[in-house]
Amino acid sequence: MAKSQTWLYFSSPKTFYPLAGKLIPWFTALAIVLTVIGLYMGFFVAPTDYKQGDSYRIIFIHVAAAWMSMFIYAVMAGYAVIGLVWNVKLSEMMASSLAPTGAIFTFLALWTGALWGRPTWGAYWVWDARLTSELILLFLYIGYMALQSAIDDPRRASRASALLAIVGVINLPIIYFSVRWWNTLHQGASVSPEMAPKMAADMKTTMMVMVFAFWMYAIAIVLARVRTLILEREKNTAWVVELLEAKQ
Amino acid sequence: MSRPGVFDAFRAVVARDMTLAMRRKTDVLNALAFFIIAVTLFPLGVGPEIETLRAIAPGVIWVAALLAAMMSLGRIFSGDYEDGTLEQMLLGNFPVSIMVLGKVFAHWLLTGVPLVLLSPLLGMQLGLGEEALWVLIYTLLLGTPVLSLIGSVGAALTLGVRGGGVLISLLVLPLYVPILIFGAGAVEALGTPSGIQPYLSIQGAILALSVALTPMATAAALRISME
Amino acid sequence: MSQWHSIGEFFAMGGYGFYVWGSYLVTFGFIIAEIFLVRKQRRDVRKQIARLARLNDKVDET
Repeated sequence: MAKSQTWLYFSSPKTFYPLAGKLIPWFTALAIVLTVIGLYMGFFVAPTDYKQGDSYRIIFIHVAAAWMSMFIYAVMAGYAVIGLVWNVKLSEMMASSLAPTGAIFTFLALWTGALWGRPTWGAYWVWDARLTSELILLFLYIGYMALQSAIDDPRRASRASALLAIVGVINLPIIYFSVRWWNTLHQGASVSPEMAPKMAADMKTTMMVMVFAFWMYAIAIVLARVRTLILEREKNTAWVVELLEAKQ
Repeated sequence: MSRPGVFDAFRAVVARDMTLAMRRKTDVLNALAFFIIAVTLFPLGVGPEIETLRAIAPGVIWVAALLAAMMSLGRIFSGDYEDGTLEQMLLGNFPVSIMVLGKVFAHWLLTGVPLVLLSPLLGMQLGLGEEALWVLIYTLLLGTPVLSLIGSVGAALTLGVRGGGVLISLLVLPLYVPILIFGAGAVEALGTPSGIQPYLSIQGAILALSVALTPMATAAALRISME
Repeated sequence: MSQWHSIGEFFAMGGYGFYVWGSYLVTFGFIIAEIFLVRKQRRDVRKQIARLARLNDKVDET
């Protein structure tokens, strides 16, 4: 009994709340350190690209944001499954607190993609397969958040949007496949901004550092948002009232 | 008479929905009227040159069909939701996905099929050749059921939600992208060596996948909405 | 300052300054905005709960 007990110990909002509180500073520190390293490597270590000059430096945060936007949607769908199947309230809350961060990363991926596309392809928006599927991913996020806020009763809201996230994650590969097919059909192999044939090793590591920096940041911000959601959702429970009185 | 089987339940739901819809024809006619008007607006906007119209015709007809089908999604469950019959249906001894399939099939018969019958008329208006019209009909026949199937998930999720109509389009439109791409793409691929075969087979695959998976999702969404 | 010979050159970013700084500033701008948004959300919820608690206390007293 003890073994499974510990595994479930942190699945109740009451015990998870302080744990999240302790974790946030660690992840924030990690995020800051990694960002500083990433920026230093991105601007001072990585050489100027012979073809694209210095505009390629946008790739570090563009790829990181795009990667995070898809990763967060997958994690969100994962929490949605746990929330719906095992009826775990906390994982429903995690799914709802992941969505805004995912949406912001998707928007940033589109923004940086556009600003990078301008000097490289000559246009802010190009119907490239990846950019188009990123845009559709943004619509999925907006749909998730719109459904979440349209339903008043919080429990039904998180369960309904959890189901939407699952339907969305099943459709994502199909959407991505069809957009790639559609893109190659109309433009032939689109001139996507391929880097120098062999991307210099330190460019790859810089990108990985930025991805991890964004990841740590995402964990910290989502944990902070889930704590607020817990307070809001459990506001009439005894432990929340005591907690706030203690803080008064 | 032996105990009613699953197919009898399916048939009963379809028959019931059809008769209900026939009593209030406006909903059905609205979607068709929207489809016709939306397609005829394009030449007014784009200009009468038949060349450009022929180029954009499949996309225009497909998008208009998609929006027309989506307009009437709200009514799949809302009528029964308001007067409580939906709750009884959920308690029935047949799996909920059978009831959902019945309702979606009825919705398809009422909106999808008329769109397919109307599309050649509008295709001619936009200068599509005879062969292209046939391809348009095939793709729409394969595509419109998927519109109703995936749309039913959106309808179930937004039951009784204020501003549900607009919300459904926000939830469901991103999921319609693959069907739109292959539907419109097939008509354009007429002259190409690969022909329309790959498009129709992929549309068939999406249809098979949707028929298998979406009723379960809609059933779950209905349970969530009815809690 | 391995390859940038002057601050000016660094900001010019090989002529692509607008694009590079446009994307970096907006990215970190959004991140900081999100942090403040979450903190504000947290403050509002705490205030709301505190008000609820005060109301309950008043109800208990009467």
